[in-house]
Amino acid sequence: MKLTVDQDKCCGAGQCVLLAPEVFDQREEDGIVMLLDETPAEPLHAIVREAASVCPAAAITVQED
Amino acid sequence: MTETIHAYPMRKAEGCPFDPPPELGELQQQGPITKVRLWDGSTPWLVTRFAEQRALLRDPRLSADSTHPDFPRLVPIAPSASGTRLSFIGMDDPDHARLRRMVTAQFAIKRIEAMRPAVQRIVDEMIDDLLAGPQPVDLVEAFALPVPSRVICDLLGVPYADHGFFQDNSKVLINRAVTPEQRDGARLRLIEYLDALIGEKIKDPKDDLLSDLTTRIAAGELTRDEATQMGVLMLIAGHETTANMIALGTFALLEHPEELARLRETDDPELVAGAVNELLRYLNITHTGRIRMALEDIEIAGEVLCAGDGVILANDIGNRDPDAFPDPDRLDLGREARHHVAFGFGVHQCLGQPLARLELQVVYSTLYRRIPGLRLAAAPADIPLKHDGFVYGVYALPVTWQRNQSVA
Repeated sequence: MKLTVDQDKCCGAGQCVLLAPEVFDQREEDGIVMLLDETPAEPLHAIVREAASVCPAAAITVQED
Repeated sequence: MTETIHAYPMRKAEGCPFDPPPELGELQQQGPITKVRLWDGSTPWLVTRFAEQRALLRDPRLSADSTHPDFPRLVPIAPSASGTRLSFIGMDDPDHARLRRMVTAQFAIKRIEAMRPAVQRIVDEMIDDLLAGPQPVDLVEAFALPVPSRVICDLLGVPYADHGFFQDNSKVLINRAVTPEQRDGARLRLIEYLDALIGEKIKDPKDDLLSDLTTRIAAGELTRDEATQMGVLMLIAGHETTANMIALGTFALLEHPEELARLRETDDPELVAGAVNELLRYLNITHTGRIRMALEDIEIAGEVLCAGDGVILANDIGNRDPDAFPDPDRLDLGREARHHVAFGFGVHQCLGQPLARLELQVVYSTLYRRIPGLRLAAAPADIPLKHDGFVYGVYALPVTWQRNQSVA
């Protein structure tokens, strides 16, 4: 799995950080998404897919292997 | 062929204070999208199913610009309100993103989580006051309104002593039954109040969100009017919605004693967090839908929404869509409900949702544990409901409990 985030689209709702804080964080200055792990380990895949699905701004793209 | 076009918004059925209007469920069964008629005779689209609601709310071809002449309106507006909007919730990107991003950091997950001890302290103090006070008591006035009002006052830097003023005017502003002039009068009084407060913060900045905005005014990133509008938006959204979830949530739990017992008897923060999501889903207090207008032709579910068409996304019935939530009309605090759309969806999804979740987690995990014998002091049918609000809830919730049953 390979992840990308679009910081221009992000609206800072924080859904991804709530679900997978190991993978996503928010920038200190404006709360916009930061990707901590572009290739999360397999046990995180389900929660990362959910994070992409509930991202209100569709700012998370999951590329499956 | 003539089809009946339903009037919108619809009214909840008598005796079903927690369920969306039955007509909405019937329309959802018939298909994901239909047309409804508003008070002014206009006939916007009404989207009833979860999947289509999410797809459309994420679609940048739908506009939230509420100053557009063709934007659907649920109520008539006063001439003085023409062309006005409540900050970035009534704007599209890039203006929306520019303003929203100035306050997003303040509502980031970790920043809000750091407020948990302070929120717990406020909730505990308010329960101490409840326990020391007379019975029966109106839970709305004595607890549900004060808790989020104190929290948002601390965050914004608004004096809590002014709560009577801003609560009263917020109530008028979000009521559909008042006259357009009354509603706009309330809006103007809130704007005047926040503008004066911003003026004070410019002279004497403190460590609060409004003072942060004055730094941006000084830097030329934001006008004073924009800051004032944002302040009004955050003050209203920060107390009214959460207050309604506290009081209506308590009413719903008292009417579902087995679910209430699950919450009272757990010390599992995951269960509490799940319960908050489930109550948000089940009660969906933003019961007049998310309102938008199509900027281009959009094909969806076999229909074409034409440029200029109004679109109402009825998230109350979306949260009862059986394709998204099995057995949707059942309140089940253990269910997986975190994909609900009670906070909306798309780039306008509630900015304050981490704060709302935190406050509700603290309240729901503390109130019923400390007052285990809490019960209604009126017949359920006599609880006054906010049928006429833009935001649903109860106007009052008389409650009582046995003195020896409270827990310090």
